[in-house]
Amino acid sequence: MQKNQTFKLKRKPKIIGSYTIVGPKEGKGNFGPYFDYVMKNDYFGEKTFEKAERKMIESAVTGVIQNAKLQTKDIDMMIAGDLLNQIISSSYAARAFKFPFLGVYGACSTMAESYAVASVLVDGGYFDNVVCCTGSHFSTAERQYRFPLELGNQRPPTSQWTVTGAGASVISLSGDGPCISAVTFGKVVDYGVNDVNNMGAAMAPAARDTLLAHFLNTKTTPDDYDLIITGDLGKLGSEILIDLMEEDGITLGVNYGDCGQMYYKREQKTLCGASGAGCCATAFNSYIIKKIKEGQYKKVLFLPTGALLSSISTQQGDTIPCVCHAIVIEKE
Amino acid sequence: MEDKQRNEAYNKYVSAKIPKTKAWPSLFNSFWVGGLICVLGQGINDLLLLAFPNLSMQTAWALTLITLIFLASFLTGLGVYDQIGKFAGGGSIVPITGFSNSITSPSIEFKSEGIIYGICVKMFTIAGPVIVFGVASSMVVGFIYWIISLF
Repeated sequence: MQKNQTFKLKRKPKIIGSYTIVGPKEGKGNFGPYFDYVMKNDYFGEKTFEKAERKMIESAVTGVIQNAKLQTKDIDMMIAGDLLNQIISSSYAARAFKFPFLGVYGACSTMAESYAVASVLVDGGYFDNVVCCTGSHFSTAERQYRFPLELGNQRPPTSQWTVTGAGASVISLSGDGPCISAVTFGKVVDYGVNDVNNMGAAMAPAARDTLLAHFLNTKTTPDDYDLIITGDLGKLGSEILIDLMEEDGITLGVNYGDCGQMYYKREQKTLCGASGAGCCATAFNSYIIKKIKEGQYKKVLFLPTGALLSSISTQQGDTIPCVCHAIVIEKE
Repeated sequence: MEDKQRNEAYNKYVSAKIPKTKAWPSLFNSFWVGGLICVLGQGINDLLLLAFPNLSMQTAWALTLITLIFLASFLTGLGVYDQIGKFAGGGSIVPITGFSNSITSPSIEFKSEGIIYGICVKMFTIAGPVIVFGVASSMVVGFIYWIISLF
């Protein structure tokens, strides 16, 4: 087991603000009532979907600063990422702000990656207020990874629907909010799955790897958490994770859930559920954060997974390497 | 080596767990929608011959194809054809309307990158292989035909 994979944060940085912005389809989903802003259409008043995604991230950052009752000048750093090549949405969005920017990429696990980096930086005392933001857009992701929107093809039953949405948080030592008490940085895991329409199966082993490391290093069991939530394993992927953990003698019971599986309603026909960097980012910053604040959950293990592939690696027949970062959020 | 065995075992487990597409309902839908498109084509052809009795068969066929291609392209622009495709699968991909859809959809999609680098470059990203194989196989068939006609 890796020596420095899990860190307990001594000063327990807090999530003092959170904000979500989503597309119309997401607004009709299960988390609909919990989102801060639902766009009227996927263009968000812009000419292209890429520009819309950029604007979404900008709005999420502006919104979260207000939500945390801070001003732009109080922010020391922005850590953000998205799914587009060269993470342009985040970088271009950061152009609008006057604070330092760190771009991160962990595919759909980007939200946890930015939390993990931010909370370690804040805990170390180097930064006071750090904004974390992650987003994705269905139409830009489809175009980059799959087919044109208007093509009359059928989706395989294992495929998932990329969420249009962005979620943001402010991490700080001062202020009120749920605190991040531990982080586990994940290793890249590849079990030889090369089906790009079956991301859940590709990512489940990464979640297992991080879960095992996390339980071992923190000496906890699933029962110590009120909620263990993965990002976008989807229906199939989360079933696989339960099976895999069973092999290791760990039972994931009713306190286990998956944002991707819970995201859309059945009649929205998204097959295995939601995916994308915006999936766990918006689900976490809306529903889960609110439920932690209300006291329904006191200790949550949040571990989104990411498939680190590109369309080129896929065309060259490569398998899909995946990563999973875990953070523990506790009610203060 | 251990990894390889592990991966093989895992892939085997996954493929057993994957939900399968239900063959019969999707075959049924493709069949009747595909058939309907063919009936539509025949209808257009018959109407053309009825309206213009002097039209040669070859010209009527060409005009029918052009009409079908236009209709599919138009429906793609309206955002209807992908809905048909979602329902019918192969039934709306195989006829020439599917070919039209596969050229129109990337053209719409990549309009944002400009006329040359967007529309023109990306237009054949999906239909390209079909054209290449179509031309290549017609060359092979033509060559065989030429050899046979020598004797």
